[in-house]
Amino acid sequence: MKTLHRHLLAAIAAASLAACSSVPLDSQAPVESRTGTTSGTGAGAGGASSSQTRVAPVDVTGTSNVNFTNLPRIVYFDFDSYVVKDQYRPVIEANAKALTTNRKMHMAVEGHTDDRGSSEYNLALGQRRAEAVVKSLTLLGADPTQLEAVSFGKERPAVQGENEEAWAKNRRAELASR
Amino acid sequence: MDDVGGEMTRMAPGSSSLSQIRFSRRSACGALLALAGWPAAAQFRVEISGVGATQLPIAVVRFRDEDKTNQSPSAIIRADLERSGAFRIVDTGSTSFDEASRPDIAQWRGRAADALVGGSVTRLADGRYDIRFKLWDVVKGSELGGQSNAVEASELRLAAHRIADFIYEKLTGEKGVFSTRIAYVTHSGQRYTLRVADADGENGQVALNSGQPIISPAWSPNGKELAYVSFERQKAVVFVHTVATGERRAIADFRGSNSAPAWTPDGERLAVTLSREGGSQLFSIGRNGGDPRRLASSPAIDTEAEYSADGKWLYFTSDRGGAPQIYRMAAGGGNAERVTFSGGYNISPALSPDGKTLAYVTRSGNAFRLVVLDLATTGAQPQPITDTSDDEHPSFAPNGRLLIYATRANGRSVLMTTTLDGKIKARLPSQTADLREPVWGPYGR
Repeated sequence: MKTLHRHLLAAIAAASLAACSSVPLDSQAPVESRTGTTSGTGAGAGGASSSQTRVAPVDVTGTSNVNFTNLPRIVYFDFDSYVVKDQYRPVIEANAKALTTNRKMHMAVEGHTDDRGSSEYNLALGQRRAEAVVKSLTLLGADPTQLEAVSFGKERPAVQGENEEAWAKNRRAELASR
Repeated sequence: MDDVGGEMTRMAPGSSSLSQIRFSRRSACGALLALAGWPAAAQFRVEISGVGATQLPIAVVRFRDEDKTNQSPSAIIRADLERSGAFRIVDTGSTSFDEASRPDIAQWRGRAADALVGGSVTRLADGRYDIRFKLWDVVKGSELGGQSNAVEASELRLAAHRIADFIYEKLTGEKGVFSTRIAYVTHSGQRYTLRVADADGENGQVALNSGQPIISPAWSPNGKELAYVSFERQKAVVFVHTVATGERRAIADFRGSNSAPAWTPDGERLAVTLSREGGSQLFSIGRNGGDPRRLASSPAIDTEAEYSADGKWLYFTSDRGGAPQIYRMAAGGGNAERVTFSGGYNISPALSPDGKTLAYVTRSGNAFRLVVLDLATTGAQPQPITDTSDDEHPSFAPNGRLLIYATRANGRSVLMTTTLDGKIKARLPSQTADLREPVWGPYGR
């Protein structure tokens, strides 16, 4: 499927090549490295090159699909914390009730962080928040198999901004039906 | 299918920054260029230049007939050498001579050049170019060697980088990294793109376009594959992607999050962070996704693994002590020992190829700053090497002499290279996209 997709794109690209008259022909496509002929005293440079110049582009856009329920779905967290605060008890209860009422219902709990620090450490912090919410839901009767804790770390902020107000809105877990 | 293609379109030869790159969402030509891996014109420019104690003054004159190509090999070589921090470029103006010339060495000595490079570019009957050069030792008045390479026009830049590598190795005794590649992620609007570029930032090509985030690219030791984390399945999944063919496979797609890939030096396995058993924990997994083995068990976050080049150690970030610090353990697992002690928040370890220097990001107040720590000296203190406050994701060049990292400037995430003493820095600028998650590829192109 993916290969077919690529071939299709390549065909489109070839067909539309003529339209791009300003394209210099000598650099229109990835070209493999060629082995150069070496003379003189060279030891390090030149010589045999394994064709590693080529880069084949892949496109996976258009695969996103998130469904949120009509239930309240966001839990916010304090800085550097993964404690589900009492004020979000109604969010947890409403979703736990939906999950216990319909055992076929599945939800992903997506943890998020503010954008300070590394992608990977924030991914782990977001995971911890998501797992805390999953635990709260299972304590109220939801089955662990109905839930998956995942994290987007700092990659998908709810709001942009380099201030505490923005950061506070980004430190969250979102419940999405799957 | 409405947004096939990328936002990266090179506008004109010689355009100098990502500012010229436009978003051409529905343009057929834009799509074509992105699909064909059209180079994004951008180059690391030296912007913070200190005076190194050991900078060697070198003169690189214009190569004969280089203006008959669409590249300037001598300018590429000069920029490479300057960025390395090991050289000071002696201005040569419009002077031009080739490898067969007999330059007036005394005159160059008078201009305080210790080394001199001349060369030529000749178009061959088959359309290729023969690029030649010679390197002179001005102090001794002797020749240090030269080469001739016949290359396609599209490989002229690479040929120039190889000449810079030759010069660097002859004059410093160490291998140059100018012909290596880097990978990084650009983010603009809803578009995330994994790119591969030459080490100078030029010749950028698209490896992956996605509408979802991509993080943590890691080159396989042979430079042919990239492991990375993609969120295209609405969660973090680790993929391995063959750059030349675009073939890709999910190697870690377990329940929960799958992230932080790090290759073993033999390229057979990867360390990854998995949450499939709860928490974020370190596992080892085969390069095709088989045989996951747990490396450590802690009630804390363990992530951002990186193997030492000798394969003996696994460095990683853990908050097992209450706040994130860098630890290491034997590569196969076992007891961990803490590596960083200065500061309350240390993340993102990168290890030099000789295993003697650790680069990482330390938090100081609200600033996240790149530091280097000498592991070979007991009691050594981490040395800050930037004055920026949002440094991320350091990665060593394969000769261990430069680091690439991301930081924030003018509201954008940009890529920087720096020498380990922080004195020579170069920036890959961007006006239209955030540039993130840089990683330096191995030798071997």
